[in-house]
Amino acid sequence: MGGNNNRAVFIGIFVILIGAIFALKLFVLQVADPSYKLSAESNTRRKVIQFPSRGLIYDRNGKLLVSNQAVYDIMIVPQDLTAFDTLDFCESIGVTPDELRSMFVNMRKQLRQKKILPYKPSVFYKQLSAERYGRFQEKLYKFKGFFVQRRTLRKYEYPLGAHVLGYVGEANKKLLKKDTYYSQGDYVGISGIEKVYEEQLRGHKGVKYELVDVHGRIKGSYRSGRFDVPAISGNNITLSLDIDLQQYGEMLMKNKIGSIVAIEPQTGQVLAMVSAPTYDPSLLVGKVRSHNFGILSTDSLKPLFNRAVQARYPPGSTFKTLNALIGLQEGVLTPATEYSCNMGYHTRSLSVGCHHHVSPLDLTHSIMISCNAYYCHVFRNILDNPQYGSVQAGLNAWKDFMVKFGFGYKLGVDVTNEARGFIPNASYYDKIYRGSWSSLTVISLAIGQGEILTTPIQMANMASMLSNRGKYFTPHVIKQIEDGDIPERFRTVHETGIDTANFTPVLKGMELAVQGGPGCTAGIARIPGIVVCGKTGTAQNPHGKDHSIFIAFAPKDDPKIAVAVYVENGGFGATWAAPIASFMIEKYLTGEVSQRRAWLEKRILEGDLIHGNKK
Amino acid sequence: MAIRNSYKSSVDWFTIVIYALLVTFGWINIYAANYSPDSTVFFDMSSEHFKQLIWIALSLVIIGMIFLIDSQFFVEFAYVFYGFTIFLLVTVLLFGKEINGAKSWFEVGPVRFQPAELTKVATALALARLLSRFGFDMSKPMNIVKIGAIIFIPVLMILLQNDTGSALVYFVFILVLFREGMTGYILFFGFIASIVAVLTLIIPNIYIFALITATILITLFYNGVRKCQIKGLLWGALAAASLYFAGKLLKINLLPDYVMLAGIAALTIYLIIISFKKRLRVIPLYLLILWGAITLAFSADYFFNKVLNDYQRTRINVLLGLEEDPLGAGYNVNQSKIAIGSGGLTGKGFLEGTQTKFDFVPEQSTDFIFCTVGEEWGFAGSMFVIIGFVTLILRLIILAERQHSDFSRIYGYGVALIFFFHFAINIGMTIGLAPVIGIPLPFFSYGGSSLWGFTLLLFIFLKLDTNRNELIR
Ligand SMILES: [Zn+2]
Repeated sequence: MGGNNNRAVFIGIFVILIGAIFALKLFVLQVADPSYKLSAESNTRRKVIQFPSRGLIYDRNGKLLVSNQAVYDIMIVPQDLTAFDTLDFCESIGVTPDELRSMFVNMRKQLRQKKILPYKPSVFYKQLSAERYGRFQEKLYKFKGFFVQRRTLRKYEYPLGAHVLGYVGEANKKLLKKDTYYSQGDYVGISGIEKVYEEQLRGHKGVKYELVDVHGRIKGSYRSGRFDVPAISGNNITLSLDIDLQQYGEMLMKNKIGSIVAIEPQTGQVLAMVSAPTYDPSLLVGKVRSHNFGILSTDSLKPLFNRAVQARYPPGSTFKTLNALIGLQEGVLTPATEYSCNMGYHTRSLSVGCHHHVSPLDLTHSIMISCNAYYCHVFRNILDNPQYGSVQAGLNAWKDFMVKFGFGYKLGVDVTNEARGFIPNASYYDKIYRGSWSSLTVISLAIGQGEILTTPIQMANMASMLSNRGKYFTPHVIKQIEDGDIPERFRTVHETGIDTANFTPVLKGMELAVQGGPGCTAGIARIPGIVVCGKTGTAQNPHGKDHSIFIAFAPKDDPKIAVAVYVENGGFGATWAAPIASFMIEKYLTGEVSQRRAWLEKRILEGDLIHGNKK
Repeated sequence: MAIRNSYKSSVDWFTIVIYALLVTFGWINIYAANYSPDSTVFFDMSSEHFKQLIWIALSLVIIGMIFLIDSQFFVEFAYVFYGFTIFLLVTVLLFGKEINGAKSWFEVGPVRFQPAELTKVATALALARLLSRFGFDMSKPMNIVKIGAIIFIPVLMILLQNDTGSALVYFVFILVLFREGMTGYILFFGFIASIVAVLTLIIPNIYIFALITATILITLFYNGVRKCQIKGLLWGALAAASLYFAGKLLKINLLPDYVMLAGIAALTIYLIIISFKKRLRVIPLYLLILWGAITLAFSADYFFNKVLNDYQRTRINVLLGLEEDPLGAGYNVNQSKIAIGSGGLTGKGFLEGTQTKFDFVPEQSTDFIFCTVGEEWGFAGSMFVIIGFVTLILRLIILAERQHSDFSRIYGYGVALIFFFHFAINIGMTIGLAPVIGIPLPFFSYGGSSLWGFTLLLFIFLKLDTNRNELIR
């Protein structure tokens, strides 16, 4: 059978050929192509991110303001899914079958777009509450391909201080690109303290490598945990806020639009920062956030707007104190300088009105009585100071003092979205008036009107600076950071270039404005037993009733608190802002409001400038 | 040819050594595939590695018994044995236990047995008996029917059990027939037919039809039939066009397949007329091939869409690259490739495999046992297995060729080629070169039936080989 022996050879060669093909293919699989080894790693080794809990936040007296609450994200490994009882699933996590269906449709879409991978865990359902988690965990064994990852959300102990605290949300695409620390779905401080001190608060993420089988069951730790890195909790921080004072401030500002900022002058620490209307910070936590955020951001009263640092108002008559200081420092004014006032400052082309009062007045009494005419003289003397040669140079010298007082630029507070305000300089007016203007053209600056814009925190800083006789620390809300120092910039004292002696007549005027006899502008702010220095202001508002302004500090000789208050459409400074400021001071210094002023407190607390005034 | 009385030649120890190596290495991998650090009890009666050890021990008993039996017995009782296993197949179909969708198991207490494993041995014996009959002429129609019956009766029974994989094994007997002098054309046409069948699944039918028709017309041209192709095509185009427009007018939605067929039919009729007119005998033969191929294309479609079930269809589609299904049929193969590929050059080491251990690979101790080899022993281990099997198969062919009697040779080829089919399909499946057909890897896959079946298959031949210088019939 010679011919058939050929066939035996043929069959033998065929066998060898198949063997050789297998050998080649195995060589490619096992030796040449490394991708299979990588797939094998990701198959069995599940990297579980250990999320640290964020640092806690305390108030200046050690009261806990912000803590953490556990929530549970349901994770899915799509390739491990098997058929399961969807109704049971819906019931245990509390969604409707339709919602579940759309979640699956969404997941498939992401799978197709390769946004998620079939063998890698991704978030399926976010933020299951603790009690739902308990119910779900019991049934988890029925739902193959799912597991639960613990996350923490913020928990607010008080419905207060929303603007200072800010909020935490998911890292957006821009941040993910910029900072590799964050990955999809991570939480990050979006505003307020949470944003400014993000690095201290967030802690360090850890990783744990687990060996899992095809059903996602944990089979032990990878190489006995040699590569595991434990999560490190964020540092706790202590704020300078006094939560009781903050609460009282928010109560006083209820049904009003405006802001209160209270500062401890010796340190620059912010004791209270109120922006009204405000909101409960808990509204921006968890699943309800996007819904509530929508409501808040479309509210016509702009509750999300932090008026304390973002709103820009004219400073009004409170600026007279600064113009007096500049005048004294520049030598164009002495404490004894007197000007007379006949219901205002009158020139051929222009008049600045004033109210009825005794005349003439010296410096101290001009502040006590808040005479407009007096400051028109002072301001023109500053600008037309022959030392500078031109009104432009004079204005710029004035502006430089204002910048030193903390105006015109951001103070650099540790609250987000701070506005810089506006102090005009010569070139600004040169542009407007094409170079032809005089001190008279810009006379409204004398009484804090016109183009000047300041923020409430700058005003509070001004009060603090006045109380310190020319020194101030940049206002800040941080008091202490666990395992760290507060930023250097909050520990550096700022000098204003005004001689301490020059403060004496000005502060005396502020004292008399509150404590003085007939004609004093802020007697309503008088507190029994405490020497309060204050200055009222009224900012003209082109859109409606004037804004009520008051700055104050107390006690005069050992200042513990400096306050600025703005009440939008509140009229004269003495009407709303002055009493509110005085109550803040009294509450902070004595812990309560004296019986004699209870009627006034009641009037303020019940005052409603929003709903009554609205057309 | 004299019958020698000193009949004993020595046993082929070479093959026995390979057998021993493969069985041992197989058991090591079954142990590894089921190994779990949690349970370290070796003598766990219910564990697969322990049970397999018992099956191996019983295999030794089987081997001993085979060597006690006279070789003549296997010839004499080939048909009886065959009949008995067919009876078992009928019985299992009636009373068997369904496992993984296949009703192919007897279950008595804790012991399971799959008679199809025995049928392979019996069929090889029966076929050897038939072909080795003195003066047997394979080309006689009656004999073709007999050969067909011996092979296709068990195939039919096993298909009825819904165990497609085991049934496919019987196609290796065609190669045995090839060795025994069957005309090579059958193998060639079988090859062409399977290519057409696969193509019909990938390419729409009308292209296949066009391709076949063109081939036939060109072949005719080379066989001296010229001048009539163009006219025939014009007639065909005319018929196709008129059917198409008739369909449009009557608003009947005609499949393009049928329009094409109408054209080919017109062409055929024209060619038949020509063949009668010009007495060209060659034309009808090629027309027969043309329509045979068309019928094949249709039946492949029908088989694929109507006979195969969903998961089988998916598996074939994935293999042909028609379907992306990372979580379905392709997923298993993908995981299998990952497991094997992750082994690298020298493997992760004994019991260090993670892919197979954590159930990423399906059927890790049976059909996909090769994954454990690849993962824990790497390319080196894989090559050991490949070389082991290729050597075994080549050795069996050499042994078969040295047999004095036709019976032993034919049976030997049956044995070699059954091993070859299992080897090629099983390992081909785990590395993604063959469709996922659930058949075991001899000596490696866990299971008593398959180990005994292959042991029986091999050692009957080794027993016959000890009488290689005699004429057994
Ligand atoms: Zn006046």
